Amino acid sequence: MLTEEDRKLLKLIEEDCRLTPEALSIQTGLTPEYITQRISDWEKEKVIVEYRPLINWERTGDVSVSALIEVRVLPQRGYGFDKVAKRLQKYPEIKSLFLMSGGYDLALLIEGKTMQEVALFVAEKLAPLEHIQSTATHFVLRCYKQDGIELMGEEETLQRLVVSP
Amino acid sequence: MNRYLASHVENLPPSGIRKFFDLVATMKDVISLGVGEPDFVTPWIVRESGIFSLEQGQTMYTSNAGLFELREELAHHLATTLGLSYNPLDEILITSGASEAVDLVMRAVLAPGDVVLVPNPSYVSYGPCATLAGANVHYIPTHAKEDFRLRVEDLAQAYTPKAKLLVLSYPNNPTGAIMSREDLLPIADFVAKHDLLVLADDIYSDLTYGGTHVSFASLPGMHDRTLFVSGFSKSYAMTGWRIGYVAGHKDLVAGLTKIHQYTMLCAPIMGQFAALEALRSASEERDEMVNAYDRRRRLMVHGFRQMGLDCFEPLGAFYVFPEITKTKMTSEEFAEELLKEEKVAVVPGNAFGPSGEGHIRCSYAYSTEQLQEALKRIARFVQPRIS
Repeated sequence: MLTEEDRKLLKLIEEDCRLTPEALSIQTGLTPEYITQRISDWEKEKVIVEYRPLINWERTGDVSVSALIEVRVLPQRGYGFDKVAKRLQKYPEIKSLFLMSGGYDLALLIEGKTMQEVALFVAEKLAPLEHIQSTATHFVLRCYKQDGIELMGEEETLQRLVVSP
Repeated sequence: MNRYLASHVENLPPSGIRKFFDLVATMKDVISLGVGEPDFVTPWIVRESGIFSLEQGQTMYTSNAGLFELREELAHHLATTLGLSYNPLDEILITSGASEAVDLVMRAVLAPGDVVLVPNPSYVSYGPCATLAGANVHYIPTHAKEDFRLRVEDLAQAYTPKAKLLVLSYPNNPTGAIMSREDLLPIADFVAKHDLLVLADDIYSDLTYGGTHVSFASLPGMHDRTLFVSGFSKSYAMTGWRIGYVAGHKDLVAGLTKIHQYTMLCAPIMGQFAALEALRSASEERDEMVNAYDRRRRLMVHGFRQMGLDCFEPLGAFYVFPEITKTKMTSEEFAEELLKEEKVAVVPGNAFGPSGEGHIRCSYAYSTEQLQEALKRIARFVQPRIS
């Protein structure tokens, strides 16, 4: 179980992973040594998995195509959906992979340079795989929000007075 | 046309903050640490509830005391968070911001010649509100070496038999000081002994760091002697909605309500619906904001101490109040020079009364990046003046 202090530390790192242990120490009151050790532990335990920025590629003009694919899978005796899912997660085109409840079994988020590239991946790599019964491809038209960050629209600018009591 | 102004209004000095505001307004690209309001936007769930109330056509007056649902929810909130017991029927009045509540208390309680005791430094409106009610103000100095807590000895010194009301405003604007239960108990004894009433302005009660707020009204025998004032502005980032409240003995609240019904009628209904939603659903957002303030608070205290200034560690509100006497400048000189030289706006401590002299108030209701840049500039300003 996380202590309240550790939870706050982890949240702070999640918000801005560029902060050094010294900067984190100033803001949390924990020692830099403790923070360094804790981060190292979390990295080993894969609690902290990666450090990477969230890039809004649409703003660069270097546009890619992504699609949400619903996949129905024939579960295998002794393995359920795990065997298929573990195989699928090896494909670099698949950015996210979830086991779902409801009308289908696996949800895949796929990225490619063009619509054709994504379509080819589904037709040639994904659909023919053993135990895959059917696929339904939904292309993403626009991403408004990702990982809790609003990507589109106007920033909410504060119109505060410069000095107030 | 000044001759038309009533003399007690004409003689009322303008807020020290206003003077500084006018100066800052003439300059560009200023980093301001002078703002006494959150830098967060009201949580979406709360805003949405205000919008929904409009869509539902809720655009009428409410009862003078405010929406009963809101008073009921408030009574529950005060009971569970601060151990205070108020009847939502006749012991809670919803006001247009805590500022209206402060004004109502002063006007309902004070008669010409009465004395109000106000710890100093303190928020700028207590003195003027008391003056407008015809009362005299006796300021009680508090000191950095005492962590800006009110000591009963200083209270006793400022006391006069004409004193009727004591203002307690903790966590304090501008110092960030808090009062623990042990600090408050001797004050409560004094209040009971001298038959005083207390205006407890607990507007920052949710913004405490490293301990839970103790409300004066929760102390033995103090419930009926306290008019508890608070609001939604600071806790839920709702300054512009103007929703505050006052709770106390029903006879006193009835007196306040009389003035409120003739002057304000009721607080804005949209804000009341939003406040209700804030109490019901925005505690997580509120706690996240408190956590963010706590991190920035540490950053600021560390920053000022690093540059060689004495900085008392504030345990509440969102201000630091570092001492700048080492620079051999007055608070006003410091603030004006800093603004001209480094384009950082802070509020001179004496804007909050004579005991604030030698200090500056810096709000940390800003992003970490802005605070870091401001600290860098202030350090550049301070260094040659203290070495």
